[in-house]
Amino acid sequence: MRFIDPHIHMTARTTDDYERMAAAGVVAVIEPAFWLGQPRTSVGTFVDYLSTIVGWERFRAAQFGIRHYCAIGLNSKEANNEALAEQVLDVLPRYLPKEGVVAVGEIGYDDQTDAEDRFYRAQLELAKSFEMLVMVHTPHRDKKRGTTRSMDVAVEHGVDPGRVVIDHNNEETVEEVLDRGFWAAFTIYPHTKMGNERMVEIARRYGSNQIFVDSSSDWGVSDPLAVPKTAKLMLERGIPRADVEAICYGNALKAYGQSGQIKEDDWLNPPAIDQRVLYEGNSVLRGQQPRIDDLPPIPAVKEEIVFK
Amino acid sequence: MTPAELLHHWLQRQLPAPTAQWIDAQCAVLSSNPRERELYMAISLVSRKLGKDDVRLDPSDLENARAARKDWDPLGWSVDQAGRILFLLASSAATDKFKGWLDQLCQTADVGELVAFYRGLPLYPDAPLHQLRAAEGVRSNMKAVFEAVAHRNPYPREQLPEGAWNQMVLKALFVGSALHPIQGLDERSNPTLMRMLCDYAHERWAATRPVSPELWRCVGRHADQAALADLQRVLDTGTMPERQAAALALIDCPDPAARKLLSRVPELERAVTGRAVTWESIAPPG
Repeated sequence: MRFIDPHIHMTARTTDDYERMAAAGVVAVIEPAFWLGQPRTSVGTFVDYLSTIVGWERFRAAQFGIRHYCAIGLNSKEANNEALAEQVLDVLPRYLPKEGVVAVGEIGYDDQTDAEDRFYRAQLELAKSFEMLVMVHTPHRDKKRGTTRSMDVAVEHGVDPGRVVIDHNNEETVEEVLDRGFWAAFTIYPHTKMGNERMVEIARRYGSNQIFVDSSSDWGVSDPLAVPKTAKLMLERGIPRADVEAICYGNALKAYGQSGQIKEDDWLNPPAIDQRVLYEGNSVLRGQQPRIDDLPPIPAVKEEIVFK
Repeated sequence: MTPAELLHHWLQRQLPAPTAQWIDAQCAVLSSNPRERELYMAISLVSRKLGKDDVRLDPSDLENARAARKDWDPLGWSVDQAGRILFLLASSAATDKFKGWLDQLCQTADVGELVAFYRGLPLYPDAPLHQLRAAEGVRSNMKAVFEAVAHRNPYPREQLPEGAWNQMVLKALFVGSALHPIQGLDERSNPTLMRMLCDYAHERWAATRPVSPELWRCVGRHADQAALADLQRVLDTGTMPERQAAALALIDCPDPAARKLLSRVPELERAVTGRAVTWESIAPPG
């Protein structure tokens, strides 16, 4: 089985994580732009961060045979520094049309302030003018109301719900999201939000239509193997294999594939130029032999030291 | 034809008509008083509009390339790379801010764009102005970007000062890149580089790690006594490709002691003087 982690902040992760993810069958990741744990103070650090996501991180992932895509946007927390947020908004058009940028994101509400509202709306307009999808971060606090509001505002701006992914859902929000025709993503966090046990129950109840899971791993306590581990648990608990594949791979591909920027061929049959330039023979595609039959093993942390 | 005209011609004959028209429209805008936004939008959109197929080139195209610009080697370029460089060249004729724009583009580039921008180095106006840019590409940790400067590119041979050149060659070995696609390897070898490479070989030996046979290519011509001792060690104890490389290095060396060393291994001497073994034949594939 192959997996996509459609929301993970790889710049905050180590090469051990990449190795374990590749070994567990993760073939592609989507890295949405977000905050760094503490607020940035100048537009230059945003530029460097966004350039890292489309440049260095993409190369780093390629070394492990993992295709790296991203979403570009101004996160809701940092929208509250309005003077800086305006400058960030000015540099986003430099990044949005680049290769492998699958959406504007992650954008939305955190505290649901006026400033957050202003920049969420401005970025919905950007998404429309660049004909792009939207990845919405729903707030941790006052979640239900914040999720409803995120969808209301997207609809108000004329964005097609089928082109919007509402992320970080839970049992309280999922029904409305699906009813309104948005994509519902679930973040499997080890201790908070959704655990994999709860996810199994959601899959049992709602099936696999319009639903997918991600790890949202970042610099906090999180698990970059959350997607393959959830798949394993779902199979053990008797969720049909086709549903597991849809929830852990196919639906994310379908949702973000609408951008034209992520295709199965990218990892099954990469263009010659990418094989020559980005994926150097030895370590890479060999690790990506399609795993049709069984779940790949979930590897332990690799304990091997090499002197460079 | 100029390099820009060749790139335009290759893209026009290969791409479907609507894409070709999009390229023409962008070139028209970019060659008449363009704004920076028009350039970065066009360049970013290239991969979405043109795709990533290889540019189809036959031997006569490569000949035309060399005629348009000495030693230009576009073999292995993809259509998105060709398109991006075409747009840069179109704008370069119409702006005096080209270098500033190129720097800005590099600052916000994705990895595919960086590779294209560095492959285009030999085609940009005011070649010496881009020396620091080239050195920056050599410093990159992304092997693909490093190789865009180092491999099949006449710019480093023509423009890099000796220090930067030597760093480029040493770094190629360090990151596992082949040396033979570097243009001007033999003509730009120098005693300092010879010393650096022999030191590097000793480091690798001390760590019992393999040494690329290609390393000795930049050693032979300037080999001193210590280097000859290293070559003798390789002849005596190396793997077959390493011994062949040592023999090739020895025939490059003007010191009579080198030929004397080589005469001790007549079968290798015959192979290298008869050109049955060459630097290309011992190079790792790629």
